Amino acid sequence: MSWTSLIDHAIGHYNYWVCVVLMMLGFYIVIASGNLIKKIIGLNLFQTAVIMFYISMGKIDGGTAPILVDPEKVSGPVVYTNPLPSVLMLTAIVVGVATSALGLALVVRIKEAYGSIEEDEILAADRASDAKEQAQYAASAAQAAKTEAAQQGHA
Amino acid sequence: MLPDLPLHLPPLHLAVPLMAAPVGVLWRRPVLAWGWAAVVSAVTLLMAVTTLVTVLGHGPVSYAVGNWPAPWGIELKLDILSALMLVLINGIGLLTVLYGRASVQSEIQASHQYLYYICYLLALAGLSGMVITGDAFNLFVCLEISSLSSYALIAMGKGRKALTAAYNYLVLGTIGATFYIIGVGMLYMVTGTLNMADIALHMQAAPVNRTEVVAIAFLLVGIGLKLALFPLHKWLPNAYAHAPTAVTTFLASTATKVSLYILIRVFFTVLNGAPLLASHLWAEMLVPFAIAGMFSASLVAIFQTNIKKMLAYSSVAQIGYMALGLGFGTVNGLAAGIIHMINHAMIKGALFMAVGCAVLRIGTSASGAVRVESWQGLGRRMPLTMFAFVLAGLSLIGVPLTTGFVSKWYLMMAAFEKGWWLVAVLIVLSSLLAVVYIWRVVEAAYLRPALPGSDTSRCEAPLSMLLPLYLLVAANIWFGIDTRFTVDLAQAAASALFQPVTGLNGGAQ
Repeated sequence: MSWTSLIDHAIGHYNYWVCVVLMMLGFYIVIASGNLIKKIIGLNLFQTAVIMFYISMGKIDGGTAPILVDPEKVSGPVVYTNPLPSVLMLTAIVVGVATSALGLALVVRIKEAYGSIEEDEILAADRASDAKEQAQYAASAAQAAKTEAAQQGHA
Repeated sequence: MLPDLPLHLPPLHLAVPLMAAPVGVLWRRPVLAWGWAAVVSAVTLLMAVTTLVTVLGHGPVSYAVGNWPAPWGIELKLDILSALMLVLINGIGLLTVLYGRASVQSEIQASHQYLYYICYLLALAGLSGMVITGDAFNLFVCLEISSLSSYALIAMGKGRKALTAAYNYLVLGTIGATFYIIGVGMLYMVTGTLNMADIALHMQAAPVNRTEVVAIAFLLVGIGLKLALFPLHKWLPNAYAHAPTAVTTFLASTATKVSLYILIRVFFTVLNGAPLLASHLWAEMLVPFAIAGMFSASLVAIFQTNIKKMLAYSSVAQIGYMALGLGFGTVNGLAAGIIHMINHAMIKGALFMAVGCAVLRIGTSASGAVRVESWQGLGRRMPLTMFAFVLAGLSLIGVPLTTGFVSKWYLMMAAFEKGWWLVAVLIVLSSLLAVVYIWRVVEAAYLRPALPGSDTSRCEAPLSMLLPLYLLVAANIWFGIDTRFTVDLAQAAASALFQPVTGLNGGAQ
């Protein structure tokens, strides 16, 4: 493949570049952001990129909506865009909205429970309560073992 | 109309629980919602058993939804594996509902209890839908129905950690599902169809194409996330540990199993006979991850102080065994994977049910009740529950006369058949790690003194929880001795999957 055809190939598929860049931006936000709401926004961006990927793959230049035409008025073949990816994406949008709604509802509950929606603060709060619990149970287990040893010694 | 009903059974597996869920909202009282969920689960289990009998008697069933023939319409396709999965999902579902009443009462606040049963029915509908459909996109929709309801179920857990666990599972689960649709979209670009058998036919005919390779890679990562295959398992331990125990029991025995089913579908239906399957070692690629998961997750399980988290890490290890069975890429390997999938559903179901019984009676904070220290002296306090835990634990380890032994036996046989001696040795070694973490619990329960200030009076769980628990434990022993049902069905399912896809509808009807 020569350089020119390679460049043609890259530019000709610019729609996929847009999708990939958006997808990676969304994915990066999900991973890198510590704010739970920003994570949901990243997730939305990621899903929207996939929706655009599907739509652009079904699109044909100059294609119309796939509606039956009156053969007397229109002569010749009709070019139409594949409707199936668009229909699939209607479902995917519904799923995406449901996911976002549930995710945001969880964020509200997390804010109520922790008083924060920053991941590091939540982790720190969890760690503190874990350490407290660990110390408490370790102490009472040690005490139980001591009591039993004393009882056996007594017997 | 009524005599035609058996013909229309396939869509009803999805439709009955899906339609029953909103009806459940009308019954605000937990008892009524529980009764409704139990009746619906019993009906769907009956339908699943009918379907399994039909499929075994007359071969695969294909159903064109709305009478639109495949590949244009959505095809529901039931072969032996799907029917087997249906029986497994609905059987475990009915048991967890029957078991769940007392457990849900103690672990979920009263105003949310009816919602638990509704979310459970939705999850059941999604899981059943995934195993009956023959359409790749339809599978995604069912996957999201079950996933969304399981996020809600996990968030119902006591304590704030359940919320963050559900949130993390939501983010990772959505990424997994989105990766799956990227993969499906690429396959659609190459083949122009969404029907799995039709995709297979197109891929058989065409030479290897880079889009196909990328598509399968996306599918693998996406399904791997939902399956919690090592190293994509990060969401699972927290989700299982902080969810209400009834939810953990249901999800641990069904959700990851259905993800494995999707993986099997991709490998053996979509990639059936495709040149792509031979040119890239897809199945073999699973083996290192499976073995790494078997060891690392078991090792982490040993150091957990939270018993639910320990069992969750053990689930990640067991998923490794199932993926290993797939990785052998032979009929016997696949059969071993399917056998372990069924057996592990029974083992983990029983173990988590025993944990639920203990949580009900220990009754401190949500995380305190599942700490190893809280279980000290439990052998005297709850002898029946602990005995069931020990029996199910032995099955998890793989002691002869239990189902765990049967799965490991067939896995080793498949390894020997391949000549992979080292893998067989690794299976045994990783099983020994299970001895360590199960022993820690048994030691605490039987040999350590109870914590000071804790109630030491004998206090067994109610019969409504013990009966389903012992039913699963009995199944563990029964199918460990009489292997005809599980092994024969798994082998029949595996050899059916190795049959080449030659046309739509799999030649049936």
